[in-house]
Amino acid sequence: MNRTLTPAREIEGMELVYERPSTLTDIRMHYCPGCAHGVVHRVLMEVVKEMGIQEQTVGVAPVGCSVFAYNYMDVDMQQAAHGRASAVATGIKRVLPDKFVFSYQGDGDLAAIGTGETIHTVNRGENILIVFINNGIYGMTGGQMAPTTLLGMVTSTTPYGRDSAVMGFPLKITDLVAHLPGAYYVSRQAAHTPTTVRKLKKALRNAMEYQKLKRGTCFVEVVSNCPSGWKMAPNEANQWMEKNMFAMYPLGDLKVPTPS
Amino acid sequence: MVQHDHEPRLMKGNEALAESALRAGLEAYFGYPITPQSEILEYFTAEAPNRKCVVLQAESELAAINMVFGAAGAGARVMTSSSSPGISLMQEGLSYMASAQLPCLVVNVNRGGPGLGTIQPAQGDYFQATKGGGHGDYRLIVLAPSSVQEMADFVFDAFRLADEYRNPAMILADGALGQMMEKVTLPTEGSLPHSRQSWATTGKTADRERNIITSLFIQPEKMEQVNLALQKKYARLQQEARFEAFQTGDAEIILVAFGLAARICQKALELARAKGIKAGLLRPITLYPFPSKAFTSLSPDVMSLLTVELNSGQMVEDVRLAVNGKQPVYFAGRMGGMIPTPEDILREIERVVSMQTVPEEGGVR
Amino acid sequence: MIRGTIIVAEDICKGCELCITACPQESIGLSDRINATGYRVVELVRDNCTGCVNCALVCPEGAITVYRTKKSSKTAAGAAVGV
Repeated sequence: MNRTLTPAREIEGMELVYERPSTLTDIRMHYCPGCAHGVVHRVLMEVVKEMGIQEQTVGVAPVGCSVFAYNYMDVDMQQAAHGRASAVATGIKRVLPDKFVFSYQGDGDLAAIGTGETIHTVNRGENILIVFINNGIYGMTGGQMAPTTLLGMVTSTTPYGRDSAVMGFPLKITDLVAHLPGAYYVSRQAAHTPTTVRKLKKALRNAMEYQKLKRGTCFVEVVSNCPSGWKMAPNEANQWMEKNMFAMYPLGDLKVPTPS
Repeated sequence: MVQHDHEPRLMKGNEALAESALRAGLEAYFGYPITPQSEILEYFTAEAPNRKCVVLQAESELAAINMVFGAAGAGARVMTSSSSPGISLMQEGLSYMASAQLPCLVVNVNRGGPGLGTIQPAQGDYFQATKGGGHGDYRLIVLAPSSVQEMADFVFDAFRLADEYRNPAMILADGALGQMMEKVTLPTEGSLPHSRQSWATTGKTADRERNIITSLFIQPEKMEQVNLALQKKYARLQQEARFEAFQTGDAEIILVAFGLAARICQKALELARAKGIKAGLLRPITLYPFPSKAFTSLSPDVMSLLTVELNSGQMVEDVRLAVNGKQPVYFAGRMGGMIPTPEDILREIERVVSMQTVPEEGGVR
Repeated sequence: MIRGTIIVAEDICKGCELCITACPQESIGLSDRINATGYRVVELVRDNCTGCVNCALVCPEGAITVYRTKKSSKTAAGAAVGV
């Protein structure tokens, strides 16, 4: 399919103000309409482009909806086993210490099966960026409960709503890792409005700049939607997210570097 | 041709292996403590920083093998080590690495099992090592040392094979080999050069497309192609099969054993010959590829084979397949970390010999 | 006077309508066109686009390219462009 995603088209009398970054491939993303993954991929690749580090960036894709992230991001990437992305990123960064290494993980990958790796990667202060997409559900496998699913939320494995007596509580993993001395910069962002997208880009840019300092792990959570899993249209899902997800996972910086 | 030092050293198996890996230009070691191989991790934490090698004690074997995946995918010469229960944890990672065609060395210092088991030596992981071990159609290249010298030498062989065939290689040792101290002349540093390959994720430069290291091939047509490529590779790998033969020329009973069991059988062989029994020993060195050719060309004098293992009988199945019914194949072994003596093996040899009858009498074969 | 305009890559638009919500000028709407993957695509429905980029920021597909009138050139820049 021949298309120009970045139309070189000139419009007389007008200047180009925004175009899709060339660090995204031309492959059409498979995500559901309105899914935040597309926004986060794009913003991260904009940062890579603007910093001029495409040739020095290596990413690690998780298991989850973004298992094919390597089809969309035009950087060297590795596909990790479920939960292991931060360990794989550790292996890469330890042998390529001057490259920009990031892992990109969902709530199952990072906070269920990968909890051990997540905590220890941050505890070691691995000089990587961990991007954590938190939408409180397992999208790829059909909408099951995630550790970050809210109490009362209906999912395919909590058909009567999440009950803490049976399934425990939403796991605020970002808050946990923020306490670790190995965490250098921890921030929670969103990607559903122009304002939140701009702030997300700033956070990701900060994180990549900080990686040059080699002072510890940068961890950016993106509270996201899952229109399919939540069974809502995209705009409706974003409204629900603002009302419910942000209450449990408030946006903002959890840890910022103190001037040394 | 791998050079060796002139002077031998007295070293523990685990440490000789680790030192050899550093001399092979190891770039990274990720591991986790478990008896009887923690000395490998400890040797690296002491020595690696002085030798331009990354060393990291991971939070688990699960994490360690995935760190190996990442480093291997980034083009580094990398290894890990563990013992049986930890190797079980690594199976997921090894399956992924085989599918993604990544080279690495993994060392299993086999202990008694199953389960948490015991810390004493055993060979109960033969199936796990040689039949893939994790899910899917893949194999590891498996080398079985039976001396501290081979603990050192096989590291170079393993890296060479892993790189050439783009597949994980395993050294299947055991607790005794890991702990024993023997004289060893170590391979010389620099004898096995290594460079980052073009497929590695080192950062996409303008002159190439991005490299993707993955084991996910979601379309079955593609997955089949990947499998066919792996099988073709394993077929080519068969040429690397190695074994050692002791006094098989005129033997009527052939012992078959690997690793520690082979050491015991060598002594049992001496005892048997002293009693006039024409015994010989075949020692597979590569367990995968299995040296089947050693068994297909046995002399017609051979009346039976006796496989000796420290398990319930695992390699004996491959021996039987290779022998293909031409001679009876018997088995003797101990499990759970118990180790037979050469005298125990001699008794087994005598038992088998007593069952042998000459063909004219129409006896049991 | 047109100050901005957008081009939507219709083959990758999924009609998620996030851009419609993000546009402060209510310039964007769902068209009647359905693309090859079965989605109704969006288009500019008014001529008051300011080229603020909000729509492009929230688009998960990166399907929107944004233009703005050059400061030096204030002549009519043509009709709203939607492909």
